[in-house]
Amino acid sequence: MDRHDVTLTVNGRTSTVSVEPRKLLVDVLREDLGLTGTHVGCEHGVCGTCTVLRDGESIRSCTTFAVQVDGAEIRTVEGLAKGAELHPLQDEFWDKQGLQCGYCTPGMLMRACEIIEGNPDVTHDQVREGIASNLCRCTGYQFITEAVCAAAARMKADSAETTGAQA
Amino acid sequence: MTTMDRPDAPPVRTHKENRKWVGQSIRRVEDPKFLRGRGGYIGDMTVPGMLHAAVLRSPHAHARITGIDAAEALAAPGVHAVITGAQAAQLCDPLPDFGPDPAKHTWRCLAVDKVRYVGEGVAVVVADSRYLAEDALALIDVEYEPLPAVVDPERALADGAPLVHDDLGSNCAYERTFDFGDVERDFAEADVIVTDRLRWHRSGGQPLETVGALADFDHATGELTVHTNSLSFTSYLFMVAGTMKIPANKLDIRPVPAGGSFGSKLFATKPAVIAGMCSREVGHPVQYLEDRVDNISNCDHHGSDRVYDVRLAMMRDGTIRGIDIDTVEDYGAYIQFGVGHHGNALAQVVGPYAMTSVRYRVRAAMTNKNQQGAYRGFGSEVNNWMLEQMVDKAARELDLDPVAIRRQNFIREFPHFIPTGNVYDSGDYDGVLDKALELSDYKHWRAEQAKAREEGRCIGIGLITAQERSVFSATEFWFWFDEPGAPVTSMPESVTLKVDATGGITATLYSCAFWGNSPETMVAQLVAEEFDCDPHDVAIVYQGSKNGLPATGPGGSRTTVMLAGAVEGATAKIKAKALRAAAHLLEANPDDMEWVDGGFQVKGVPEQRKSLADIAVMLHLFKHSFPEDMESGLEDSKVFDHPYTTMPSADRKDLGVFYPFMGHACHVPVVEVDLETGSVSFLAYAAVHDCGTLVNPRSLAGHIVGGTAQGIGTALYEEFVYDDDGQLLTSSYLDYLIPSAMEVPELKIGHHETPSPYTLHGIKGGGEGGRMMAPAAINVAVNDALAHLGVRVTELPITPDRLRAAIRAAKSRESG
Ligand code: FES
Ligand code: FES
Repeated sequence: MDRHDVTLTVNGRTSTVSVEPRKLLVDVLREDLGLTGTHVGCEHGVCGTCTVLRDGESIRSCTTFAVQVDGAEIRTVEGLAKGAELHPLQDEFWDKQGLQCGYCTPGMLMRACEIIEGNPDVTHDQVREGIASNLCRCTGYQFITEAVCAAAARMKADSAETTGAQA
Repeated sequence: MTTMDRPDAPPVRTHKENRKWVGQSIRRVEDPKFLRGRGGYIGDMTVPGMLHAAVLRSPHAHARITGIDAAEALAAPGVHAVITGAQAAQLCDPLPDFGPDPAKHTWRCLAVDKVRYVGEGVAVVVADSRYLAEDALALIDVEYEPLPAVVDPERALADGAPLVHDDLGSNCAYERTFDFGDVERDFAEADVIVTDRLRWHRSGGQPLETVGALADFDHATGELTVHTNSLSFTSYLFMVAGTMKIPANKLDIRPVPAGGSFGSKLFATKPAVIAGMCSREVGHPVQYLEDRVDNISNCDHHGSDRVYDVRLAMMRDGTIRGIDIDTVEDYGAYIQFGVGHHGNALAQVVGPYAMTSVRYRVRAAMTNKNQQGAYRGFGSEVNNWMLEQMVDKAARELDLDPVAIRRQNFIREFPHFIPTGNVYDSGDYDGVLDKALELSDYKHWRAEQAKAREEGRCIGIGLITAQERSVFSATEFWFWFDEPGAPVTSMPESVTLKVDATGGITATLYSCAFWGNSPETMVAQLVAEEFDCDPHDVAIVYQGSKNGLPATGPGGSRTTVMLAGAVEGATAKIKAKALRAAAHLLEANPDDMEWVDGGFQVKGVPEQRKSLADIAVMLHLFKHSFPEDMESGLEDSKVFDHPYTTMPSADRKDLGVFYPFMGHACHVPVVEVDLETGSVSFLAYAAVHDCGTLVNPRSLAGHIVGGTAQGIGTALYEEFVYDDDGQLLTSSYLDYLIPSAMEVPELKIGHHETPSPYTLHGIKGGGEGGRMMAPAAINVAVNDALAHLGVRVTELPITPDRLRAAIRAAKSRESG
């Protein structure tokens, strides 16, 4: 089968990989780039486990061919923490026990990231509706919702502080 | 009415007061790696030279395999091997099987001459990548001769049904009736006998991560190493060595974190055997991961699938005297765990109610479906549902209040032996009920219901009270059989604690793999409680089966109680040595010393003190400072066995104690039913659980909410649907509907703590959580919403189709 060069900027780092046209984005991330934080659950676009951000918007990496996103900016769970410091979402998921087995968590975190970045004033109900795109078999969503709301509040306070400091 | 003398219960314990770490909702110690995407699940593992396997699955429910041509597949790019079912049967023996007659319902890793359900494996391809392996699957040519399929369990038991296993000579794999207590008298003396026919269709755990294994057979040593997310039963893994035809001491099964199990990864040996067989054949490490279709159609862990005919012997005043249960269970094409699911139900068959007799008849039907395994509750949650529907129906028929009838029948004295012989160690069912009535705002919702009804809206309240047994003993699997008369089987759990030279503590776990539960957090909190350290400073190691201490692994909400017993035992040994060492160093009498805040000191003389780190460094590096018989190091293990299990009587009129630590809960969902669409939505949901002393309340709350979400799936949405020809109509998540955040309401959660008298700190298990109760509660709520219309739903899941049909039937009854 012929191969194509695909260039992706993943979590700020640009790489070019040579892939078959049928190779899925999730497999390129996991196998070619060694980023195994993105998982698959259903492999047919329903569960959201494989969610990553493409140019800021969430996509299902299990139903996306890598060649379709050539040149794109991709964010995955591995890009959230800054070294030792967890992203507020990660920290609040930990604090509120927004995870049990952790398998849906990377996809859930990326979806939550999109929700908060799109709307810093997101309400509890909007979070619940927003994460309905992603299945979690363990938690029943309640503590995930709590965690996302807490992270949103924290991120808002942080950015107000930064803006205040700059002013 | 027992025909045996009951052995003494274990001594009643005095529980530690002022606990520092047990009871705190600390952040789980497992979580950081998962939050960072570094979970290390089985699919994340690669090793040099690793190949990938994919399995070809039967499109037929029942067919003879008349030929397989794999030549083209074998010649395809990147393919290393193709192994057919017939070849696999030469390479491996049947899979470990606890069923009634394994020689007559033989279960193998791939089908040999006949397929028995859609999705059964017929051949496996090993290739350089999963893509290439799947390409090659399409090139395998299998000739089938289709046979008539049987999918309805009752039809399967009728004369003339197609036989799933010819050797069995019937589709009834097992049948037995037990009588406990004086059933005849209770039914003869009853004022009213409430009867019903109930149907629970199959759903399953469906963790978002499927089952997988990475196997590496070393021809130099003859050793097989398997990494898998399906590990449990370390003590029983010699059976997998048997299947692989290798000595048990040449097998090492190592746990990796699982992305959820809910029972469905319990002793899931097939993927490990397939990967092991392939690795031995091709001489490379081989990874085999189920995809979602593999898992839905062939996980060997579909949940219960039952038909019930039940009679409840009632007095007019609401007293429940006895219950007569006749159940047919659809086990599918194989029966690896026997009828253990019914043994499980018998542990708490009477619920929280003080009835005096039970008749239990079970027939296990073989059909052309994927087989049954474990799903959170292991058959007890189905019993909870059945019993609560019956009590609810009794309340209606006798015109009694649904809360009052339950309260009236509560067991109030403990320990209490139920008619089957199992014991309920402790409980406070009134306390839980009172809390639930308050938390749920029960009175308010009854008023709202009345108001809504005037507006033509159908609101229902589903109060149920039910049990969650914890810490199983294996007798539930074998008391069904009179032969061989085995003694009580051990179900141990082990922990090794090592104090290093700096005083740091490492705990080694055996077989208690991470499944989304919190074994590391539990052990860390328990160790911290014993040693006065920070739980986040305790390191945790998982040991593989090779060289592992005896261990059984998670299941039946046993992990925390068993790990607590092991931690306590290992701690006692370590502290005994540390005390002796400290006394020696201080030239004090050990009897004059006490453990205070992380070290030993002379009573009343705090300056005469050695911290654990002081003692550890001496024991590690300066052994010669101590008496001759003291060895270097500070490390010990405890193999902790089931704390309370007794033999069944020979006549099986008393099954003994096999599930003694009895949790309890009251769930109160409030639903609204849309008569036009048949949809059910939640207006409120309250749940109060009592599973003894809590180690980490927020973790338990997680099990309550998560289990309830699964229970909502079971009650309203999830079903593995097979059509009349045995075709699986729900082989993807487009059709098998798992509740999303929009289907699961916010829960109000209450905890009640009635300690067990027999376990460390009074802990009971609670891991099966809300799924034990939610299906029962939601069914009661829906029936409550529709009672005034004469509608009573007796079949789960309550899909819109089923609900609309029930409403239409009631309407036509009314007009007819
Ligand atoms: S794995 Fe991509 S949506 Fe389920
Ligand atoms: S934490 Fe297990 S699936 Fe969400």
